[in-house]
Amino acid sequence: MRAFVPDYELVTKGSLQETLKTLSQEPKIWKVFAGGTDLMVLFEAGKLKHHRFLNLAPFSELRKIQVEKDFVQIGSLCTYSDIQSHPVIQNEFPLLVRSGWVTGAKAIQNRGTIGGNIANASPAADTPPSLLAYGAQIELQSEKGSRILDYTQFHLEYKKTALLENEIISSVRIPRNQGWTHHYYRKVGTRAFQSISKVALSVAARVEADQVLNFHLGLASVAPFPMLALDLEKNILHQKLRLVDSEKVSQSFSNLLSPIDDVRSTAAYRKAVAKNLVAHLIEILGKPPGIYLES
Amino acid sequence: MQHKISFEVNGKPVTVEAHSMERLLDVLRESLHLTGTKEGCGEGECGACSVFLDGELVNSCLIPVSQVLNRKILTIEGLSKEGGLHPVQKSFLQHGGAQCGICTPGMVMAAVSLLEKNKNPSRDEIKEALAGNLCRCTGYMKIFDSVEKAVKP
Repeated sequence: MRAFVPDYELVTKGSLQETLKTLSQEPKIWKVFAGGTDLMVLFEAGKLKHHRFLNLAPFSELRKIQVEKDFVQIGSLCTYSDIQSHPVIQNEFPLLVRSGWVTGAKAIQNRGTIGGNIANASPAADTPPSLLAYGAQIELQSEKGSRILDYTQFHLEYKKTALLENEIISSVRIPRNQGWTHHYYRKVGTRAFQSISKVALSVAARVEADQVLNFHLGLASVAPFPMLALDLEKNILHQKLRLVDSEKVSQSFSNLLSPIDDVRSTAAYRKAVAKNLVAHLIEILGKPPGIYLES
Repeated sequence: MQHKISFEVNGKPVTVEAHSMERLLDVLRESLHLTGTKEGCGEGECGACSVFLDGELVNSCLIPVSQVLNRKILTIEGLSKEGGLHPVQKSFLQHGGAQCGICTPGMVMAAVSLLEKNKNPSRDEIKEALAGNLCRCTGYMKIFDSVEKAVKP
């Protein structure tokens, strides 16, 4: 059933600081609202439990992409389209561009924000695996100031995050110059666009002389929240690729996953596909440096 | 509580009385009687409600009206200039790009958005640009043809 519109309130304050102050003074009452591409779906379905929101959209200070020497800082209100069209992100972080490109379709990409994608904390979200793969940090801001957290520390349980009630996500920082040689992205869904993944992997690796020197694999839809495949990392890091037992490593990776049966797929299918993808990935890591994007 | 919210629609200033979370789609159709913009799924999947917000293609079903304060909206009604149809609209008419017509305004808006950025799109680029617009009648081929022939008649 549709929501009863007069029960809801979306308030725009005069400044970001004023917004943070209200959030601080009445933390249980208010939540923030950005592009609305997740919240409005719940609203229309009559499932949006929270009723009072503070509008972040007008605050352009949250919609900047800054290129620093050691990292690129992406404001939380940057849309998937903003990210896809930024030349430095295109050059250095193709996984992030790709995960923005497979999120919804153009009209969603023009509106949905990276901060919203993170805060919504869906296990199936498209950009979090790429942020994990590139070792992103996340900046959380409150009235009092801001703190930086490794993104790996942000998601705690299904839909539960380290964000405090008086905080907003203000930006993400992606470290530059990490020497990534291989970028691999694979989203398995029912179609290329407007589809929520059954399984998605985003991988950044540094391979030299057949040896894996650095490796991060971010996962979606096979665990209760976006996470790195740390066990696989252990099995691959500092190994000679030609000596890696692909069958064994991909099977042990798959065994550790905890996908669910739902309307989009079954747990068994997700495990089988994830295993096959990792076997394929190991093959790709043996190939010349490059950007390997498939969907 | 209702608020007065002012913005621009198809080049003209408007002020509506609305609840802050009312969907832009409903305000366009019910308060402003611009019924060219259609409701399909109501959850950002089908693209029937596509309009431009400050020149960018968006789903009006996912936008609370208070977020368009002082901004510019273009709907399908605003595409035609001086009584003449937009070239994309003409091409849809000429090449059978519409059947039941519910998806058509959204398809046209998505196609216009593409052609503003890319004057000579390939078939694949057309498919990608229209990927957020669903049609249950045409099977899409005549829609893709219509967009293609809008630039290469």
